[in-house]
Amino acid sequence: MADGMTTERDPATGLERQPVIDEEIRETSHKYDVAGFEELQPRRDYPPYRSSLLRHPTKDLQQVDPEGIELWAPVFGRRDVGELESDLTIQRGGEPIGARIVVTGRVVDGEGRPVRHQLVEVWQANAGGRYIHQRDQHPSPLDPHFTGMGRCLTDAEGRYRFTTIKPGPYPWRNHHNAWRPAHIHFSVFGTDFTQRLVTQMYFPGDPLFALDPIYQSIVDPRARERLVATYDHDLTQHQWATGYRWDIVLTGTHRTPLESDFEEDQS
Amino acid sequence: MTATPTPIPTAGQTVGPFFHFALTYDGDSELVPRGAPGSVRLHGTVTDGAGEPVPDALLELWQADESGAVVQRAGSLGRDGWTFTGFGRSATDAEGRYSFTTLVPGEAAPFFAIAVFARGLTHRLFTRAYLPGASDALLERLDPARRATLLAAADADGLVFDVRLQGDGETVFLDFGDE
Ligand SMILES: [Fe+2]
Repeated sequence: MADGMTTERDPATGLERQPVIDEEIRETSHKYDVAGFEELQPRRDYPPYRSSLLRHPTKDLQQVDPEGIELWAPVFGRRDVGELESDLTIQRGGEPIGARIVVTGRVVDGEGRPVRHQLVEVWQANAGGRYIHQRDQHPSPLDPHFTGMGRCLTDAEGRYRFTTIKPGPYPWRNHHNAWRPAHIHFSVFGTDFTQRLVTQMYFPGDPLFALDPIYQSIVDPRARERLVATYDHDLTQHQWATGYRWDIVLTGTHRTPLESDFEEDQS
Repeated sequence: MTATPTPIPTAGQTVGPFFHFALTYDGDSELVPRGAPGSVRLHGTVTDGAGEPVPDALLELWQADESGAVVQRAGSLGRDGWTFTGFGRSATDAEGRYSFTTLVPGEAAPFFAIAVFARGLTHRLFTRAYLPGASDALLERLDPARRATLLAAADADGLVFDVRLQGDGETVFLDFGDE
C-alpha cells in the first residue's frame, strides 16, 4: 500500500492529491447524469468536499408546511444599512489594490416578483485571495484599504448593487494544492424565512471550476452555471470599473401575498 | 400580463469558514439586552457526526414576540436597545456553543424558527426549537426520539437547544417543500 499512499497523497503535506478528488467528482457527476433526476441544490452529502462528511444530516428532511413566523422574513431598514456600505472600495480611507468592479442584479422570488427593500450581504477575499478573517493563514498580504464586506438593501425593483474589487482565488486544505475559484459570498433574505439563502457568485471562465469540490457540490451543471455572473459591457464604466450582472432567484413564497406587497407596482 | 417562465431558484453554497467578519455584528445575539424583564437565554451546542463541537457554525433565530405576534420592524443590525425585532444571529464559539438573549414567544407561536449555516454544510438547514411541553401536528407526527430533538429543555439559564448535524440524536431538519 506504500505505493498507493505516495500516489494518492502528497508526501510533504500528507494531503490527498487533486486526481483523487477529480475522480470522485467525475464519478458522482456520471451517476447524476445517468439518474436523470434534476437536483437544483447542492448535495449536502458530497464526499469530495471533505468537511461535508460529518456535517450533513443522514436522515431525510422532515416535510412540513411553513407556519407562523416561517411565513415572514425580518425587516431591515436605513437604521441597519448605511448608503455607503455597498461600496467596498471606500471603507478604509484609501483605494484598495485590485481591479475595481461593479456587481449588480435583481433578487426575485420563485414567481419572478422582485424582493423589495430587503437585505443583501456580501463578503470576499481581497485581490490577493486573502480574507481579513484571523484564521485565514494564506501567506498573501492583507490590504489595509480593504475589509471585503458590504451590505445593501434592494430597491423597489429588487435590484442590488455593489462596488468592489475582483477577489483572487485562494488555497485551502481540502486536499493538496486545493484552490477555490474567485468568488463573492452572498447572503440574501426573501419575504418568507423559508427563502433564506447563502450562496457564492463566481466569475466567468474560471479555470478552477472543474477542480473545486464546493462549486461541484451542485451536481447539476446548469444549476452550477447559474452561480456564474455575466460580464456586461453596458455596466462597465469608462475609465473606472468593469461590470458584472448576477440575478438571484429565491424559492417561492408560501404566504398569500398581501395587497401591500404589490402597491409599488403602480409607482 | 404576458406569461413568463417560472424562474429557477439559485443554488445555495456553504457559508465557508470566514463569514464572521461579515455576518456577525455587535449585539447580533441579543434580541433584548441581557437582564431585560422577561429575557431568557436560548443556547446550546452544535455537534457533528463524530459528536465533536462545530466551532464555525452560524445560527439564525427568527421568532414571534411575547404576545405571539410576528414583528415587522427594522433594527436587527442596528439595535437601539428598545425595539424587539425578532431576529438575531449567533456564531458558535471554539466549543461549538451558541447563545441568544431573547424573549419567550407567546402561546400562539410555540417555536423559534432556526436556520443553520456552517463550513462543510453546503446548503442551510431549517429547524424549529419548540418551547418545553409544546405539541402540534408536526411534533405528533414524529416518533418520540426524533420529537425530542425539536424540544428545547429548561435549565437554570433559560432554554437549551442542541443541534446535532448528524448521527445519534440527529436534529430533525425541515423541508418546506422547496428542497
Ligand atoms: Fe470564500
